[in-house]
Amino acid sequence: MSTEKEPLLSPKNLKLLTEPLGKSNPITVQVLGICSALAVTVKLKPSIVLAISVMVVMAVSNVVISLLRKSIPPRIRIIVQLVVIATMVILVDQVLKAYAYDVSKQLSVFVGLIITNCIIMGRLEAFALANKPWASLLDGLGNAAGYAVILIIVAFFRELLGSGTLLDIQVIPQAFYNAGYVNNGMMILPPMALVVVGVIIWVQRSRRKDLIED
Amino acid sequence: MRSFSNTYIFVFSLIMVTIVAVLLSFVSTQLKPLQEMNVEIEKKQDVLRTVGRAENATEAADKNTYINEEFEQFITASYVVDFEGNMLEADAFEVMLNLPAEIRLAREERNYPVFVYSENDGPKKYVVPLQGKGLWGPIWGYIAFEEDMNTISGAVFDHKGETPGLGAEINTGWFQEPFTGKTIFNEAGEFVSIEVVKGGADPSHKHQVDAISGGTITSKGLEEMIIDCMTGYVAHFKELANN
Repeated sequence: MSTEKEPLLSPKNLKLLTEPLGKSNPITVQVLGICSALAVTVKLKPSIVLAISVMVVMAVSNVVISLLRKSIPPRIRIIVQLVVIATMVILVDQVLKAYAYDVSKQLSVFVGLIITNCIIMGRLEAFALANKPWASLLDGLGNAAGYAVILIIVAFFRELLGSGTLLDIQVIPQAFYNAGYVNNGMMILPPMALVVVGVIIWVQRSRRKDLIED
Repeated sequence: MRSFSNTYIFVFSLIMVTIVAVLLSFVSTQLKPLQEMNVEIEKKQDVLRTVGRAENATEAADKNTYINEEFEQFITASYVVDFEGNMLEADAFEVMLNLPAEIRLAREERNYPVFVYSENDGPKKYVVPLQGKGLWGPIWGYIAFEEDMNTISGAVFDHKGETPGLGAEINTGWFQEPFTGKTIFNEAGEFVSIEVVKGGADPSHKHQVDAISGGTITSKGLEEMIIDCMTGYVAHFKELANN
């Protein structure tokens, strides 16, 4: 390990933050965390709350595991990771229930299911166990942001086309409905989330040829 | 990687688990009062919505105070009756919070809470809470009755996790509004409840409303919930209507 001091936001560290937004996006490239992307994206508001919750859980667990990385016995490391993630998720869930009750009701089981979000476990195992806390924090934030971006794009289209609203505010004017426009009920159902994710992947790969597998 | 002795692993786990347990129980006890208050406020808001109140809850600067004030002002009385219609000494609100456990008892053994609404000593409305099962989990609701103890003046339903766009529609206006004006007793004074009809109900029919297409099991669950919970009020309602 090099002893010279690296600047906090060196190009290498910045890459940890920005790469998951595009080139190594957890949803569209690594295809992780799909189930929550399908389930909560009917409306924009729960998607944003879930994205923030995942970000908090991911950043904190990454840092905790990274701080403990030299003292965690490898034989029980998966259990240790699970305990850290589960603790964070329960804390987030409790806080939401106390301070954002309406949103926590809409998210219902999905906050609890952050535990099973493969992105978090994946980053702990692949990154935090072998890297310093600061780099791990950036890696956690970057991957959570990559997840959040996709969640919010999908929710934007599903809420707009499925309910005619954004953040529960009517955006499609009544005149459209009078002229015969109807909300697309299909957008509310989970399969359309998969289709929207598919379209995002298609757009992304047609712009970045290096992501195309043969 | 370094290898660790069994003793080390054991001690490590023990310390980790203890820290986590202390942290979680501390946070849980700290946040409990807030969480319980949220649940109470929601119940109060639902009771008020059934009688057409609390309509400004989303705009209110302090939602909790607003709901509490409305509840104090408009819900003038609340009491609990048993299956035969005898008054019981119990807190209606406590019984309502405990409704999921209550419906597991036999109908004859349950407590039945009633909330009385009136504005400036005007006509009263009687709100009763309901609890039942949908397709994926619990569903619940509230029905308000006019002073004849027969005509529905409003109904509110909600659910834990019914399918969005299908069963979840029970908490929307188009499903709830047709309940208004329906009656639960027929001309002979027998309890007939409200039937949730597939394929469209005749709007002039006094005991029928539309079911949700694609949400059959939720619709049926809701119909059974009304029968199951309302049966226990029949004795009490008849007594009230005769006075």
